[in-house]
Amino acid sequence: MRKALFAAGAALLLAAGPAAAQQKSIKIGFVSTFSGPAASIGNDMRNSFELALDHMGRKMGGLPVEVIYEDDAFKPEVGKQKTDKLIESDHVDFISGYIWSNVLLASLKPIVDSKTFLVIANAGPSQIAGELCSPTVFSTSWNNDQTPQAMGLYMNQKGVKSVFLIGPNYAAGKDMLAGVASTFKGKVVGQELTTWPSQLDFSAELAKAKAANPDAIFVFYPGKAGVQFLAQYAQAGLKDKIPLYTAFTIDETTLPLQKELALGVPGAQEWVNDLPNEANKKFVADYIKKYPGHRPSFYGAQSYDAANLIASAVAAVKGNVSDKTAVQKALEKADFKSVRGDFRFGNNHVPIQSFYLQDVVKSGDDYVLKTAATIVKDNQDNFHDKCPMK
Amino acid sequence: MTPAFDLRRTAIAVLLAALVLLPVYTGLSGNLFLLTLFTRILILALAAVSLNLILGYGGMMSFGHAAYLGIGGYAVGILAHEGVVSGFVQWPVALAVSALFAFVIGALSLRTRGVYFIMITLAFAQMAYYVAAGLARYGGDDGLTIYKRSQFLAPLNLSNKTQFYYVCLALLFAAIYLVWRLTNSRFGMVVQGSRSNDLRMRAIGFPTFRYRLVCFVIAGTLCGLAGALLANHTEYVSPAMMYWTRSGDLIIMVVLGGMASPFGPLIGAVALLVFEEVLSGITEYWQIILGPMLLLVVLFARGGIDGLLRLASRKVPT
Amino acid sequence: MTLFIEQCLNGLQFGLLLFLLAAGLTLVFGIMDLVNLAHGSLYMVGAYFAATFAAWTHSFVLGAILALGATLVVGMAVEVIVMRRLYGRDHLDHVLGTFGLILFFDESVRLIWGPEGLSLPLPSWLNTSVQIFPGFPYSAYRFSIIVVSLAVAALLYVVVMRTRIGMLIRAGASNREMVGALGVNIKLLYTLVFGLGAALAGLAGLMQAPILTVQIGMGESILILAFVVTVIGGIGSIRGAFVAAILVGFIDTLGRSYLPDLMRMLLSKEAAASAAPALSSMLIYLLMAVVLVVKPEGLFSAGGK
Repeated sequence: MRKALFAAGAALLLAAGPAAAQQKSIKIGFVSTFSGPAASIGNDMRNSFELALDHMGRKMGGLPVEVIYEDDAFKPEVGKQKTDKLIESDHVDFISGYIWSNVLLASLKPIVDSKTFLVIANAGPSQIAGELCSPTVFSTSWNNDQTPQAMGLYMNQKGVKSVFLIGPNYAAGKDMLAGVASTFKGKVVGQELTTWPSQLDFSAELAKAKAANPDAIFVFYPGKAGVQFLAQYAQAGLKDKIPLYTAFTIDETTLPLQKELALGVPGAQEWVNDLPNEANKKFVADYIKKYPGHRPSFYGAQSYDAANLIASAVAAVKGNVSDKTAVQKALEKADFKSVRGDFRFGNNHVPIQSFYLQDVVKSGDDYVLKTAATIVKDNQDNFHDKCPMK
Repeated sequence: MTPAFDLRRTAIAVLLAALVLLPVYTGLSGNLFLLTLFTRILILALAAVSLNLILGYGGMMSFGHAAYLGIGGYAVGILAHEGVVSGFVQWPVALAVSALFAFVIGALSLRTRGVYFIMITLAFAQMAYYVAAGLARYGGDDGLTIYKRSQFLAPLNLSNKTQFYYVCLALLFAAIYLVWRLTNSRFGMVVQGSRSNDLRMRAIGFPTFRYRLVCFVIAGTLCGLAGALLANHTEYVSPAMMYWTRSGDLIIMVVLGGMASPFGPLIGAVALLVFEEVLSGITEYWQIILGPMLLLVVLFARGGIDGLLRLASRKVPT
Repeated sequence: MTLFIEQCLNGLQFGLLLFLLAAGLTLVFGIMDLVNLAHGSLYMVGAYFAATFAAWTHSFVLGAILALGATLVVGMAVEVIVMRRLYGRDHLDHVLGTFGLILFFDESVRLIWGPEGLSLPLPSWLNTSVQIFPGFPYSAYRFSIIVVSLAVAALLYVVVMRTRIGMLIRAGASNREMVGALGVNIKLLYTLVFGLGAALAGLAGLMQAPILTVQIGMGESILILAFVVTVIGGIGSIRGAFVAAILVGFIDTLGRSYLPDLMRMLLSKEAAASAAPALSSMLIYLLMAVVLVVKPEGLFSAGGK
């Protein structure tokens, strides 16, 4: 009896099959952090993604776009659950987002197993650039070591001879500190990894840094932690004593809170608000218009690029996203106007790009980021050799 | 005269039938997400059944039961990471390690009662959490992805969602049966008696500590099994599995469903997780309803849903 | 050497913050025999109120004072509406009921203030360093936390030991029925004690807000530590809570500072970085487990104030 039921059901499904395969819309899942102190980052990414959709008339390849935003609550296991839901319940065609490397790594298996296309808009764990690279996984951000490498080069330029490294103890934190150490020519006199994300009290680490008496301190603390760190750095009396070099610690989401504490603290990034290409000018201007009182951050810029990358691929395959090989080729071409200027992928689907020195200046009552110099051009991550894709 | 219609028995029978037939429905409708959701419910129900043994029947308020979920889960995860993917090795190890931990924790904690027992079981669970968070090799706080589910002999393939569902269902039914037999045995009587009045039981001559410890170890082992299943299901383990709030979730399931009743934890698990899934679709603020609801259950419906069903069954006229 | 002193001061500061939380918890537990898991929610609420009022009044101190008042009111309201129905019940009922309260508070805060959390910036006069002794600067704000907490502890001591209310509190902790039988308005006493506990929790929350964060669920992690302190110190004993809190504060801070270096001698750098904070967190629980096994009533039991 049950066999008959199964057979009937199977027949029904098969009959329904071809009809279901016709694409009615493009479904995109976006996993980011929309609660807790990191919500400002998630909101910036969502705002930018939405702006990109507005700019393209909310259609990709002629099909309407539906985006489902899910909150990972800053936790790997929640991010994984939401990813599972997007794939199994919502049947999305593309997934994007992911701020945090650990959330991404936890969520990777279901994405790769289901061959869903992933366009990472921030997280850059080295495994993705190396041994865990996959035909359906792309990044519009960077690999974790690229930005701190640039900062290491800059520190060499400034004649820094010794540095104390401080960062959070998770995938990205370790990558960042390793990245700096890989290009910095001086001596690393100490390294402290703090519990992430719960530890926001850096008094112990700052005290140790003070005691080690280095030429400089390098720090990586994204989001709210960056605000806390700069405040405590000043409170510990270090602001005029030991210069600070950063990556991802000062950006447009944290600057409104850091204010004068960020003056004179350099950072490195692949995108700054004032990059002089047309796509960027439009992005920044329209962002400020649509969301008054806010300026886009690099998180947003990367999300904007992600939306455009996906759109370019959908247009190239004329909406037929079930042809995965074609979509992959279209994504690899990266035939879209990036807000950071020229854009191309390495063999591991991680961008090869330039990195700029960002400086904080006062503009009226406001504090803004400005491009001070180009630190390195056409930088590629160190892990692309480990990726089996050629 | 027997009642023409026993609400409670009917409700439970319907629930069980629905659970058995679920994969048929999801196979036909293609809604695989429902299968995933209910597999998770079954696994957590197993954990709740194990907790019910010590909490509902034994009166031992353990706030650290989620630790065994983690221990079982990490046993599978660590072995898988090190290349040992055979379920015949992983699962016995998970059970053995859970039993060992339960023995040690129980031996130390069962000397205390009341809130002290709560605190000390909580302390041990937190210690397990921190140990897992401290294992850099196995991901630490970032967790560990499991690339291959536990391998058994063909044709049993745990990667097949339907097969895995039925494995979990079978193990859950076995656990419920085990608990039912245990609590209706002499052993169970001693444990329940010890819950009401430990002094009296000891005065009669029962070495209650030993009985309660055995009970504690059995519960911990069963929960370790649930942990191994959970690791297979989510293909990911992280210290968060053991955080004290997860133990709280398990306690809620047991209390909501009905303590000291064989099917109570299952009812509680289904109720809580379905509620969560449905409500979170309606509003993001669903916990604002769950919170006071819990309070109301504590204050007015001590027997949980099962208790309410019992009450309702008695009132149905014959 | 200065590093060690600085870490000790940090440990003291953290310990005092824990004391503020634990004092309320131990009072409520000792006098009303109530296990209140929602204590951490009051800590959170205090921080949220402070951030909001400080933003409205543009004054850190005024915001803090208003927040204390508001938390006191919320605490007393919770006592009247919810806690009264839980007295005399099984501890499990307390645990479940107050766990439900945590969920309710978390979601209410999310509804009112949104999911992002707030920040409480320090006024410039606190955002500097003071010279504890010449050549040794220490964060002015952390120093003020130490000063304020010690003042509150002293005040608490005076109230509990030297006033009539304090006498009633101590008596209630030893023998609640007798106090009621003697004609004291137990209901009012309970409400006041709970309110006091709430205010202390709120103070702890708002004081740590500029250093750490104001976000939903911030009470959960520190609540556990507060319970540990309460149990180690002895339920119902404020003196015990004080000693235990300082002890726990020192172990946690010094552990976090020195264990990594110790572990680095034994393990690789990366393994040490993960293992050290785990180990130092575990030490506290280990201490509590040892105390519970050896001396279950805690270091100082009720009555020994």
